[in-house]
Amino acid sequence: MPLLKNEAIIKELYTRVEGEDTLPDRGAVLVDLARWQADRSALIARGSEIGVRLTSAEAPEAIADDLSQLSLVALEFPAFTDGRAYSYARLLRERYGFQGEVRAVGDVLLEQLHFMHRSGFDCFEFSSDQPEEDWIIAQADMKVWYQPTGDKRPTATQLRRR
Amino acid sequence: MQQVVIANRLTDGVVVFLGRNRCWVESLDDCPPTEQTDEASALLALGVKAEEEQEIVGPDLIEVASHQGTLVPVKMREAMRARGPSTRTDLGKQAGN
Amino acid sequence: MYEYDEFDADFVNQRALQFGRQVESRLSGKLSEDQFRPIRLMNGLYLQLHAYMLRVNVPYGCLNSAQMRKLAHIARVYDKDYGHLTTRQNMQFNWIKLSDMPEILLELASVEMHGIQSSGNCIRNITADEYAGVAAEEIEDPRVYCELLRQWSSLHPEFSFLPRKFKIAVTGSEKDRAVVKAHDIGLRLHRNENGEEGFEVFVGGGLGRTPFIGKSIRAFLPTEHVLSYCEAILRVYNQLGRRDNKYKARIKILVHEMGSEAFSELVEKEWAEIKQGALALPQAEIERVREFFAPPAYEALPEEDPDFEAQRKAEPGFALWARQQLAAHKRAGYAIVNVSCSPVGKPPGDISSAQMEGFADLADTYNFGEMRVTHNQNLVLTDVRKRDLFDLWKKLVALGLATANHGLIGDTICCPGLDYCALATARSIPLAEKISERFADPERQAEIGEIYLNMSGCINACGHHHVGNIGIVGVDKKNTELYQLMLGGSAEEDASLGKILGPGFDEDGIVDAVETVINIYIDMREPNEKFIETYRRLGPEPFKDRLYGAPA
Ligand code: SF4
Repeated sequence: MPLLKNEAIIKELYTRVEGEDTLPDRGAVLVDLARWQADRSALIARGSEIGVRLTSAEAPEAIADDLSQLSLVALEFPAFTDGRAYSYARLLRERYGFQGEVRAVGDVLLEQLHFMHRSGFDCFEFSSDQPEEDWIIAQADMKVWYQPTGDKRPTATQLRRR
Repeated sequence: MQQVVIANRLTDGVVVFLGRNRCWVESLDDCPPTEQTDEASALLALGVKAEEEQEIVGPDLIEVASHQGTLVPVKMREAMRARGPSTRTDLGKQAGN
Repeated sequence: MYEYDEFDADFVNQRALQFGRQVESRLSGKLSEDQFRPIRLMNGLYLQLHAYMLRVNVPYGCLNSAQMRKLAHIARVYDKDYGHLTTRQNMQFNWIKLSDMPEILLELASVEMHGIQSSGNCIRNITADEYAGVAAEEIEDPRVYCELLRQWSSLHPEFSFLPRKFKIAVTGSEKDRAVVKAHDIGLRLHRNENGEEGFEVFVGGGLGRTPFIGKSIRAFLPTEHVLSYCEAILRVYNQLGRRDNKYKARIKILVHEMGSEAFSELVEKEWAEIKQGALALPQAEIERVREFFAPPAYEALPEEDPDFEAQRKAEPGFALWARQQLAAHKRAGYAIVNVSCSPVGKPPGDISSAQMEGFADLADTYNFGEMRVTHNQNLVLTDVRKRDLFDLWKKLVALGLATANHGLIGDTICCPGLDYCALATARSIPLAEKISERFADPERQAEIGEIYLNMSGCINACGHHHVGNIGIVGVDKKNTELYQLMLGGSAEEDASLGKILGPGFDEDGIVDAVETVINIYIDMREPNEKFIETYRRLGPEPFKDRLYGAPA
């Protein structure tokens, strides 16, 4: 599935290591929360970039103290109607100050991209035959926002005060 | 048991039935019911296909019965859809608008 | 009334155009119905029994005459010439075409209206006391905060895919006309011992399948924190609310299952993190919004108007109407006018486009061009000079809007039920019509006195049946409509939930049963005792005994 970041398709740098699968010899990996918690030191000792994938039932509080070790947090949308990860993304960015990549995975649709971006996601794994165009469409719709979020788009309230 | 396929038309939401020649019609009168279960499933499959083709929404098999010479859905809810609101008999299919 | 500036105007316009694009995607097949449904719901568009239904937000019930004329126009051009006032202070249209929607939304945007979040699992239209700003006993005008909440909740990126819908109500009065304890969040504006303004915060109220009265989780929240506190509540709910079962997904279940104390601890903890952040409201912003709700140019008038007194004596119909429909205004010489949209034998809350237009004219002539929609599916003119009441009444009579049944049994709350609603299990409108016909005599209604009769066509309780003094809910028993009767609910400060009395009745049986209940009340009430007071004193037994026969 294509990965979209900063308005362009990017190459996947991380090898997805599911469950207890063996780690590749080298290179960035994306592991589940349980694997990270079990194999933390081994993963760090590899010296490559580490990403952790959280299900929608796993709040980022579980990795809040580990974020300096991580370069990617992938948050799962099991269905696009399950909106827990919007809160998780905001917490990662605004509460825990995570600067790495926050990636939306799972049931990711054009119509949700804008909300996701506003909540702090900067990378999107979604099935589309024209992801870059979809991104432009999704960003073009709304240009006024009322909520101050970590994305720093100026809100209507802030603009009024200027 | 006599059955027909009911749905709402995508563009305007109007209640339609899968009628003669596999066309979607607005009146139950133009809609011969089937008594065969496999034919019913085939009709419903046509409905599902029509939904995928953006023609209708929510295809469903419903039971109908003959009542004073005309077909009427057995369930109250579907009867309401086939007729129009009971409190506004000037509106909907019953009023021809 | 709040007026859009360029930002608000752009916002609704962009949203309307966006929906146009989405409708196109739907019609071309880029979006499946499953993908499109949440999108159309978040723009107020349902698919009901006969057609699409559009719910237009009336923010906290406030409407101006230009908006009302636009609603009339939409009813006439795109629908079947009428609209329906809902129990959430909105207006809905029953016969909308999907293909007309982009155009309709642009029409609405032109008068600062929209259907954004009038449905879907998001924060719905904020509701408020319909007398906000004018009630004699009001502590503070809640509309300022309703507007701030409206903006904050509009397309909130974090809270647009909640476990379930989310409703917020605000009141600033001792008398609760906003039913704050039956909402996901209820906010009661009051003053503390130091005279500062703040909110008492209730959470986890709601009707539907599992009704609960909201629990107070904070006695005093300084007003500048209202957005951050709501954000904290929503953030806890968004993460912890149940998503495994639609019927257990409302915040009331979460609050109930974890206990309101544990819930409030989580909220306080979250709030402590964000209260000093960007959501804290500067006093200047509160004042900026408050200016929109500044009182209109009232005249200095004596409290009593001699002509009004004389006209009442001369015209019994007017006297009856005035006795029933007026409420005390905070300014001398003015009155609040309740306009009933539940005429005898007609669907409660339905209003024709001609009535909408006529009413908009009356608002211009007598009420500074504004009006309100109430959760009782009625309309209100908030600022009428007493000396204008007689003229106003005559014109309301001509419009068919002068029924004198405010707070009486004829003024039922009634959801659309099986005549329109795809979720219904039974009809409700025909019952409301029959009951209002049974009690059509205004003298009899007046003799019965204050009573609230609410009915719904299914357990979802859009007709608020649990908090009606008499509540009726329709169920489907083997393809026949059956109606259950409950007594003892109240939607006011002393909110309580009604209890089912016994086995259900058929359509005629339930009308008789209501009459029996009323007769028992009349027999057994003490002087000046309202129905709810008599019921609370006696309990359900006398009613049960007469309806179902005394136990042997
Ligand atoms: S209570 Fe039930 S029947 Fe009535 S409007 Fe709500 S969902 Fe429909």
